[in-house]
Amino acid sequence: MIRWDSVNVSFGPVKVLGPVSLEVGEGEWVGLIGPNGAGKSTMLKAALGSVTYDGSVVFSNGRRGPGRSIAWMPQRPQMPNDMGVFDYVMLGRTPHIGYLGGEGRHDVDSVRAALEKLELVDLADRPLDTLSGGEAQRAVLARALAQEAPILLLDEPTASLDIGHAIEVLEVVDDLRRGESLTVVTAVHDLTLAGRFADRLVLLAEGLVQADGSPRDVLTEENLTSHYGAGIRVVDDEDGPTVIPTRRSNG
Amino acid sequence: MSSPTTPTVARPSRPGWVALTIGVVAVIGVALVGLLIGPAGIDPGAVFLGLADALPLIEIDHGLSDVERSVLFEIRFPRVVLGGIVGAVLAAAGAAYQGVFRNPLADPYLLGVAAGAGLGATIAFASTGEPGLLAALAFAGGLGAVGVTYALGRSVGGRTTTSLILAGVAVAAFATAVQTYLLQRNVETLREVYAWILGRLTTVGWSDVLTLLPYALLASGVMLGARRLLDVLSIGDEEASALGVNVSRVRWVVVIAATLATAAAVSVSGLIGFVGIIVPHTVRILFGWSYRVIVPLSLLFGAAFLMAADVAARTLVSPAELPIGVVTAFFGAPFFVLVLRTMRGPQ
Repeated sequence: MIRWDSVNVSFGPVKVLGPVSLEVGEGEWVGLIGPNGAGKSTMLKAALGSVTYDGSVVFSNGRRGPGRSIAWMPQRPQMPNDMGVFDYVMLGRTPHIGYLGGEGRHDVDSVRAALEKLELVDLADRPLDTLSGGEAQRAVLARALAQEAPILLLDEPTASLDIGHAIEVLEVVDDLRRGESLTVVTAVHDLTLAGRFADRLVLLAEGLVQADGSPRDVLTEENLTSHYGAGIRVVDDEDGPTVIPTRRSNG
Repeated sequence: MSSPTTPTVARPSRPGWVALTIGVVAVIGVALVGLLIGPAGIDPGAVFLGLADALPLIEIDHGLSDVERSVLFEIRFPRVVLGGIVGAVLAAAGAAYQGVFRNPLADPYLLGVAAGAGLGATIAFASTGEPGLLAALAFAGGLGAVGVTYALGRSVGGRTTTSLILAGVAVAAFATAVQTYLLQRNVETLREVYAWILGRLTTVGWSDVLTLLPYALLASGVMLGARRLLDVLSIGDEEASALGVNVSRVRWVVVIAATLATAAAVSVSGLIGFVGIIVPHTVRILFGWSYRVIVPLSLLFGAAFLMAADVAARTLVSPAELPIGVVTAFFGAPFFVLVLRTMRGPQ
């Protein structure tokens, strides 16, 4: 469980988020959507404590520290060139290894499991700078999964992935959250994809929650057109809503 | 298409047996050479037997006179050991600074230790020039400068290390300005101060080794203990904090330990340059990216490198001596370029 209570974030005089309140329960998947600069990443960072905010963020297991409770997949991770994939994913075990400790068998097993889930086993020995964009992104997600935290905050987890890998990766996350009752919050730009996987979508714009509900309730032409400021058509069928960009000049 | 620039297999994050063995053999080998060679012209064979005789449970007739024995054990031996400790400390401190600041150009003098120690040494030479005072003022000057850098860096801002590094630049410039003024006022000390700045392991005895040893042990322990955390810091402050690492605490503990040892080393040996940059980078290029490899191997290869440089300093223009800082740069720089070229390949 994770809950944002009237959270406000300002960078100097510029208010970028808030007040927002949102609760995501155990086993629930919430997709944060919204245009660039809406405050999606900032909201995730408030939970990590890496931006200063007013209000409060509460999460289960909070006393064990954010590293053990929350696994965060950053949108723009810093990946050291020469580091190997296995060692990179092992960094995710840091919260479980004491400051002066070394990694144990359980840590190695967790890393292997994460590599297997994301089909990175064959790349385990490759330096990070030899990976393709999609492979690198899977490595970052593997690092987050290796943390084995009850809450997953994923900032654009599929941005560099082709559609096949995007679906595969989100299915891995979906299996995990169902199997282990993880709390999942993703910030995703692909609205159709977001609607296929999340139980609930939260539309953020200008730092505020503009809509909150099932994908069908939130992904409406009216909501999207007014907040994204572009021509958007939504087709709803048995798979759920599909978002189709249109060109206003052609319309 | 694989070129030397893009290896397809990442280097391991543990030092291999081969690298550790080479390091240990290099330290012992260079130390032996340092003990066997010197201006006193003692027969190397006799030195060897004399050393063996000094080992517990071994008694050998070595044929060294009492004077030769005391040259060996009171002059050469402490000098070799001191060179080893100073080299190990400077190289590992350089590696640690590069890790916590995530800056390949960082060296242990980054935050003003060198300039502060230089100012302290200049004050000492301008007053009495007594060795005890020199070491004390150099040590205090080095630590004081870093303390001011830290206070300034914190006051100007933020959590970034950039403000800290820039504060270090300002403090170093200020200390150097004061030092230059003092030198102008006391021109007669110019030669001594200049010789000190170039570094020296001359006129040392066991007391210098004993002064330095606790700082060196403490710093080595902290830097070795933090080697895995230095790898975590390589993904940036924000991500490392999200993994539960208290980044600023780790940074400060490592910097304080490395700075204490550097200031102590500088106070007994002067400003030996270059070791803190080229040794960790050479280790990194040859043996891998991980600080779990770089920190322990920098300790070993730093010790071997500085002891070797001291052998060269003592012998090349014998009976005179070259300043050791000149040797480290004169031989270190071409060697470093060679390593860079062979390992990185044509770009």
